[in-house]
Amino acid sequence: MTQLSSTDTDTSAEAEPQPDERREAWATRLADALGDGYAEHHILGGSDLWVRVARESWTDAATAARDQLGCQFFDWLSAIDWLPSPFGRDMDAQEDNPETKAADPMEQGHAGGETRFQMVMRLYSITDHMGITIKADLPDDDLSIDTLIGVYPGADWHEREAWEMFGIHFNSHPDLRNIYLPGEFEGNPLRKDFPLLARRVKPWPGIVDVELFPGEEGP
Amino acid sequence: MTAVGADQRQQMAYVATQAADARLNVEIETEGMTLNIGPQHPATHGTLRLVARLDGEQVVEAEPIMGYMHRGYEKLAEVRTYPQVTTLINRIDWLGSFANEVPFILAAEKLMEVEAPPRAQWIRTALFELSRIANITLFLGDMAVQLGALTPVFMAFRDREFVLNQIEAATGGRFHPNFDRIGGLKDDLPQGWIDDTKQVMEKIRDFCDEFEELVLGNEIFQARSRGIGIVPPAVGLAYGLSGANIRASGVDWDLRRDGHEALAYDQVDWKVWTHPDGDSFARYWVRLQETREATHIVDQLLDGLPSGPIMAKVPRIIKVPAGEAYAATENPLGEMGYYIVSKGDLVPFRVKIRSASFSNISITPWLLKGVYVPDIITILASLYFILGDIDR
Repeated sequence: MTQLSSTDTDTSAEAEPQPDERREAWATRLADALGDGYAEHHILGGSDLWVRVARESWTDAATAARDQLGCQFFDWLSAIDWLPSPFGRDMDAQEDNPETKAADPMEQGHAGGETRFQMVMRLYSITDHMGITIKADLPDDDLSIDTLIGVYPGADWHEREAWEMFGIHFNSHPDLRNIYLPGEFEGNPLRKDFPLLARRVKPWPGIVDVELFPGEEGP
Repeated sequence: MTAVGADQRQQMAYVATQAADARLNVEIETEGMTLNIGPQHPATHGTLRLVARLDGEQVVEAEPIMGYMHRGYEKLAEVRTYPQVTTLINRIDWLGSFANEVPFILAAEKLMEVEAPPRAQWIRTALFELSRIANITLFLGDMAVQLGALTPVFMAFRDREFVLNQIEAATGGRFHPNFDRIGGLKDDLPQGWIDDTKQVMEKIRDFCDEFEELVLGNEIFQARSRGIGIVPPAVGLAYGLSGANIRASGVDWDLRRDGHEALAYDQVDWKVWTHPDGDSFARYWVRLQETREATHIVDQLLDGLPSGPIMAKVPRIIKVPAGEAYAATENPLGEMGYYIVSKGDLVPFRVKIRSASFSNISITPWLLKGVYVPDIITILASLYFILGDIDR
């Protein structure tokens, strides 16, 4: 086996986006299948594909991905709360002091979005060895979406987790109850406005992440 | 009386057996009973509670109840810097801890557009396989002990110790190495480690050979595991089964070979093992072959270890650029992945942890329907889960 020399350790990443025909083709086929329900997509060449669909097309998108793209493997399902943390950024202690913590504008990630809560599911094709991340916006006044159990029975537990962690209701889910938390637990822990009590009681001792060298300036 | 045709005779025989069955059912009809297995039961690898509703000896409905070990890592990760998160996720699958760190680091590296130097990638891959061996050797003993064979588990613990010693020698941590860094590894390998590890791999191969005869060749083991808990490939995939569990159903899919992560698997010569049966026996068989294969991967990696640095150039205080990335690897238990949403801060904005056992065990309500009570244990043991990997 050849020994690679240290000159091979070039870590500079390619800056220009690579064209990715296979992922483009997936996005096009999904767009054709969903029609108006298709919002937009984002492709990182050679790496990943994000697609955003309308809430009403959520199960249709899963069905189309399974039947037309060959995504037989149900990877996972979850949600993202895009609200900037009201308790400040970074390693701040979480205190009730909203004035000093300037609220950042809400910014959604790849494939965009308009609302605070976004559903995310990840499907994978074991024949093409390619995955797809499908997102859907949930309006703030109606946090509900159709269940995927009919398409992927494995979605059952993932949906129960999203239900207790984010308070998202899954229409016609047969058994929507807590999976981890005790039944009488109040609140939805993974929402950004759910305080992490340990951090409110005392600041995190690990705020200084890197021990500085003598004479070195802090961050 | 007219002669009775063959068709009619067959039908009458059928009716007669039906009637006999009905009589039998009436005779042994019992009231449904609810059986609680766990939370403290050796078959539950921690604190999984299984509520099974029984009709006689048969399971009508079984439901795992989790949450006894829920630690909320997804929430905790949102208030820790990226290097601090690895300390947490070490504790997800505690038998193969190093393997937990790798996909997280890979996802963060994707966002930062950093790639570890080759030497770091090779050592990473070797340690990854060592954690696989440390993890699966325990399974090989543990499933046997749950089927009533006491000796294998002692042998598994004995030989796993050699592997843990090597992991400790390289990383400083027996169970929680916390050794992987964004851009590379904490340290290079210590002197003499490569030779020692090769000797240990020799021992593990002997261990595999021994187990092939001792457990797989055992008549009782075969009788209790063959044909028990069959998972059809399509059902397994729809439930998100991954790793050896799905390969035992004949699905030829392994993220080590098919994934595109920056690891050195494509540099060595190895094969993916599958088994067509999909039963408990097949799951054990596949894992045994994978352990042996892992020793060959480690040997080859150590033979061809490239020279060079073990860290890429990364800032000392790591701020990850805004974006989203998902990285998944073939962990000992199956596919483990991290979906990281970054806003360009010191801490991740959101981390979704895709752990293998959570999906693997989600098939149990489907799989346990109609099985007999002793088979519950076989099936749970063969699906192989770590509670930390379910509850996170």
